[in-house]
Amino acid sequence: MKTQLTALAVAAAFAAGPAAADLVFPSLDYRTGPYAPNGIPVADGYADYFTLLNERDGGIGGIRARVLPCETGYNTEKGVECYEATKGQNALVYQPLSTGITYQLIPKASADGIPIHSMGYGRTSAADGTTFEWVFNYPANYWDGASIAVKHILDLNGGNIGGKKIALVYHNSAYGKEPIRTLEELSGKYGFELTLLPVDHPGQEQKSQWLQIRRERPDYVLMWGWGVMNQVAIQEAANIRYPMENFIGIWWSGSENDVEPVGGKATGYKALALTAPGRDFPIYEDLERYVYSKGLSAGAGDQHGKVLYNRGLYAAMLAAEAAKKAQEIHGVSDITAAQMRDGMEALEITDRLMASLGLPGFAPPFSVSCENHGGSGRAAVQQWNASSGSWSLVTDYIKSESGVIQPLIEADASAFARENNISKRCN
Amino acid sequence: MFEQFLFAVEVALNGFMAGVMYSLVALGFVLIFKASGIFNYAQGVMALFAALTLVGLMDGQVPFAHLINAVLGTEAHHFGWHLPAVLAILFTMAIMVAFAWAVNELILKHLVNQEPIILFMATIGLAYFLEGFGDLMWGADIKKLDVGLPQGINGWIDETTFNAFGYGFFIDNLDIVATVIAAVLVTVLVLFSQYTKQGRALRAVADDHQAALSVGISLNSIWVLVWSIAGFVALVAGVMWGAKSGVQFSLSLIALKALPVLMLGGFTSIPGAIVGGLIIGVGEKLFEFLAGPALGGATENWFAFVLALVFLVFRPQGLFGEKIIERV
Repeated sequence: MKTQLTALAVAAAFAAGPAAADLVFPSLDYRTGPYAPNGIPVADGYADYFTLLNERDGGIGGIRARVLPCETGYNTEKGVECYEATKGQNALVYQPLSTGITYQLIPKASADGIPIHSMGYGRTSAADGTTFEWVFNYPANYWDGASIAVKHILDLNGGNIGGKKIALVYHNSAYGKEPIRTLEELSGKYGFELTLLPVDHPGQEQKSQWLQIRRERPDYVLMWGWGVMNQVAIQEAANIRYPMENFIGIWWSGSENDVEPVGGKATGYKALALTAPGRDFPIYEDLERYVYSKGLSAGAGDQHGKVLYNRGLYAAMLAAEAAKKAQEIHGVSDITAAQMRDGMEALEITDRLMASLGLPGFAPPFSVSCENHGGSGRAAVQQWNASSGSWSLVTDYIKSESGVIQPLIEADASAFARENNISKRCN
Repeated sequence: MFEQFLFAVEVALNGFMAGVMYSLVALGFVLIFKASGIFNYAQGVMALFAALTLVGLMDGQVPFAHLINAVLGTEAHHFGWHLPAVLAILFTMAIMVAFAWAVNELILKHLVNQEPIILFMATIGLAYFLEGFGDLMWGADIKKLDVGLPQGINGWIDETTFNAFGYGFFIDNLDIVATVIAAVLVTVLVLFSQYTKQGRALRAVADDHQAALSVGISLNSIWVLVWSIAGFVALVAGVMWGAKSGVQFSLSLIALKALPVLMLGGFTSIPGAIVGGLIIGVGEKLFEFLAGPALGGATENWFAFVLALVFLVFRPQGLFGEKIIERV
């Protein structure tokens, strides 16, 4: 009897574990807590893309993809717990969707040999593949974002912004402070005056910062915000009648959530964009047919086409394409995390590939290499129209100034390598 | 120099208005602490829940829609009607009264005579439950709150001060409304506690539970009453803060702004909550204006607590709190 029970328990344990053939993509979600309105659309998009691949194509290279959700509540400790709880289930890649969690996972995942993809967030110098073997942050990082915003302002001013005033309203955290170094460099190069205005978490009260903006009248305001800080900042800008077209947020300050609570006065607000907004892409026809109409959409199914939902789709698409590349390189379908890393390092996103995936013009082409884990460093500028309730791209995808950013990345990565006794690779 | 003085006056005025907003949150804490000795950790979440309920009712949102649809396979999200703000506020109040009753029946009644720390822990549990319950009931998305409150710069003040000083002051219309509402709220609360039977009973319970019980005052009904009033105050705070940022789960964090106010004003005084809020509001804004640039900015959060601590050193019971006298 005891033997039978033991056998049953062992069998049950195996049944509960992952099927050997699944390609496992952990999803560090946050569907609860103060940041849930942003976490939900990203998580929904991420899950729906893999559901589409399973339903339409039978998975990736004939093997079904399995999304392994774990709720972090945007809490760093919970994020690390999620990592520890899921890494043993053949996890292929982690996308933490939090700069704080990313920083904690970099040493752990590097030691465990599991790649991290922090798409447009996390540690900027992770773009240096010679130091950060297991970390990727393509297609663009915060320093690219700062440079792209300044390039857009340069374009608007005929290439001359000497003597102009630019203020940075930022979340007073590691995330919010990321662009400062780049902006200081660019300030020296182009001669604009930079004012730094930190906002403490959560950012519900910003009167002091916006009174200062009203007094000093900067020509442009940049924002590195997240969560409620974004809505309050846009509301305060409207209150002081700051010209919205001169107010530019990073890509984490540019979703519908950030502008809709402000109503009509948010019209004209700009933000950087990693992908095109809306659902005017052929992939949405497939999603409708294979996912939505079958009731397989993740969450409440009410986020389709939103900026952050599209970002979730994009993150999943990049993971799936890297998995395909890994299968191609190693000639096996059932890839490991180390093989996934190889696929990520050989990733090449072309316009033709994007079109074949039903995403023509959705995002710019880029490639990854052993040295460059950061992609092309491109983003577009999108602008909000409250009357139509939609974002639209108002520029092409702008390339950041690699001449300014690359030395900063190399310096930071080299310092990290020295501190952690890491030998440079890619020789 | 004169320009700097004008800026400082503008900052102080805005700090005054911000202080009123802090006081609105602190009031709810004071009411419950005064009547029952409970530090209600859930007050911020109550503001969130009340505001979520108000928006949900106004927009005709189906409560628990996600759960219902998942279980029944339906696609119900909206009833298809929009309630006028006044009606929705009344219904929300009814729900907050029902909430107060449930809290009393399910939690407080079973914890009579327990240590204050046990009651405090119970409200921590209540806060997390209510946050999850609100999420399940109304969803986690950010909701636009439009109850017709004016927002944006007050043109008259801007123009008048510009004509007088050559610099137009910024005062937000919403802050002016909040100040008026806070003044009315405090007046009503003071009149209620001084001149009504329930108010006197409430004060009696606040003074001495045992003595109040001995003269036939029902502790249960008083607790339901005071939690209902705190629910109403939470609704007002939720509406004011929700109008600034949309109604979302970070609204529950406004409780953080009330803590230094309570430390400074005292946990048992309604005027203390108001005066404490104003001192914190003006103090933190002026400090940010004067010292912020030299210290790298973002001084407000920590300075509010430093200011409160300085007051505590000299008056441990807070500015208006009751002096603690223990005889051996």
